[in-house]
Amino acid sequence: MKKIRFGMLVTALLLSFGLIACSSDNGTEKETVQPTSAATTQSTPSGTAAPATSTPVERSGPKDVIVATTTSTQDTGLLDVLVPLFEEESGYNVKVIAVGTGQALAMGGRGDADVMLVHAPASEKKVVDEGVGIDRRLVMHNDFVLLGPSSDPAGVQGTTVATDALAKIYEKGAAFVSRGDDSGTDKLEKALWKKANLDPNGQSWYEESGQGMGATLQIANQRDAYIMSDRGTYLATKENLSLTIVLEGDPGLLNAYSVMQVNPDKFDLVNGPGGKAFADFMVSDKAQSIIKDFGVDKYGQALFTPDAGKTYEQLGLATPFG
Amino acid sequence: MDLIWDGLREAIHIIRTGDYSVWSITLRSLLVSGSAVLISLVLGVLAGAVLAFKDFRGRGILLSLVNTGMGLPPVAVGLLVAILLWRSGPLGHLRLIYTPTAMVAAQTIIATPIVTGFTAAALRHLDPRLRTQLYALGASRPQMLWVVLWEAKLPLLAAVMAGFGGAISEVGASMMVGGNLAGETRVLTTSVILEVSRGEFAPAIALSIILLVLIFIVNAILTTVQQQERM
Repeated sequence: MKKIRFGMLVTALLLSFGLIACSSDNGTEKETVQPTSAATTQSTPSGTAAPATSTPVERSGPKDVIVATTTSTQDTGLLDVLVPLFEEESGYNVKVIAVGTGQALAMGGRGDADVMLVHAPASEKKVVDEGVGIDRRLVMHNDFVLLGPSSDPAGVQGTTVATDALAKIYEKGAAFVSRGDDSGTDKLEKALWKKANLDPNGQSWYEESGQGMGATLQIANQRDAYIMSDRGTYLATKENLSLTIVLEGDPGLLNAYSVMQVNPDKFDLVNGPGGKAFADFMVSDKAQSIIKDFGVDKYGQALFTPDAGKTYEQLGLATPFG
Repeated sequence: MDLIWDGLREAIHIIRTGDYSVWSITLRSLLVSGSAVLISLVLGVLAGAVLAFKDFRGRGILLSLVNTGMGLPPVAVGLLVAILLWRSGPLGHLRLIYTPTAMVAAQTIIATPIVTGFTAAALRHLDPRLRTQLYALGASRPQMLWVVLWEAKLPLLAAVMAGFGGAISEVGASMMVGGNLAGETRVLTTSVILEVSRGEFAPAIALSIILLVLIFIVNAILTTVQQQERM
């Protein structure tokens, strides 16, 4: 009896191990689904027919495409809609790594990603100049909003210029939560403080969460603090927040997302065709029309405006790209 | 308070309906952590046996290293494994980063010192005369190890419990080396973090409840076995 129980336990553990093995079999199965040129040429009796059959053959090479992106594209749920479509269309398996834009660009810079979907023009320029980011294209935009508690302790409401609003918060010493994670939002916020000639670092009311947009919004909400957020994430998580928009519409708060491929010539392991396919997909008519309507059913307004083919100037933005 | 009650109610609804793919996430958590514990059981029992029975120089240092390792910070392990497995890292060509295999590797590193420490302690508490007697009876080494492990099976079960608990509730390493990919490397702990950052507290609560129940069930089974053995 005793031994039987112990044996059962061991069997259960072994079984779970076997299941793991099965699940990893899935991976290899997927690979065999797409026979590459090698398989097709084998099946042709003579070499003559081979070129004809191998032209429409699906591409060989790695199937995984690593997309380094910002937390906002994940927290809003946009990529949950777009990625499965792309996977179905292309046969690639997408791995979305949602981090801050700073980290996403760093991943690209090391060749740890195949394609980047980011929103920090000035930092993007650096990556493009280094020759690491190639074929950069605008995908969409929304804007940043300044959120605060409805009591508005710093009296920001009514202000139209972002730097003025920050100055009021600074003067009052009202609680402010910053991402502090070198993300696109964080970079913009830091740039605004700089533009206002103020340095909030080290002030007791100024805190850095070091986390993504969604998580930081929760913190600001708990603290009744002001916070800079992209509109998409704010709308997507609004129902759980008591923060309200205290400032919006400053042209300096435009938030433009672009996609760029990691240069496959620079890194051996980068999946060039896969990265290009994903970037192309993001600016395709299909993806752009989904972006255009994304969020309308749920939030009553679209979270992003599609921008494929546009330039920074057309968005009314000063471009670092000349 | 509303948040808690609404969250709980909705969490129970989610568990019933299986929304937010909670069950596939749960299964994945079990598979990843289960594999990690199995591997660390093999490694840890062997290492623990060596530490308990072999007399060699530096054993004391090794033992204290293992004991330190029992509290290995998961994020540090995650970072180490990530640096190794990133494409820019020395093992990048294996293309293992952001796969369940990478998570199993990280959790194995976290669980192995725990199992080793428990095993070493358990075996050292056995009556030394047992081994002498076994040798006298002409037992081969593997036979002896088997008998000795069988004698120490209760503390070894504790090792499994502790290792499994450490592996399945760990989040830092899983996030870093797994990437929290939906349908691939998203496990209970990482999805709790994601849902909270999305402001979706109900699924976060549901997933946390499942995590707790899971740890409870595994420990309950193992404890029951222990109790039965003792009678």
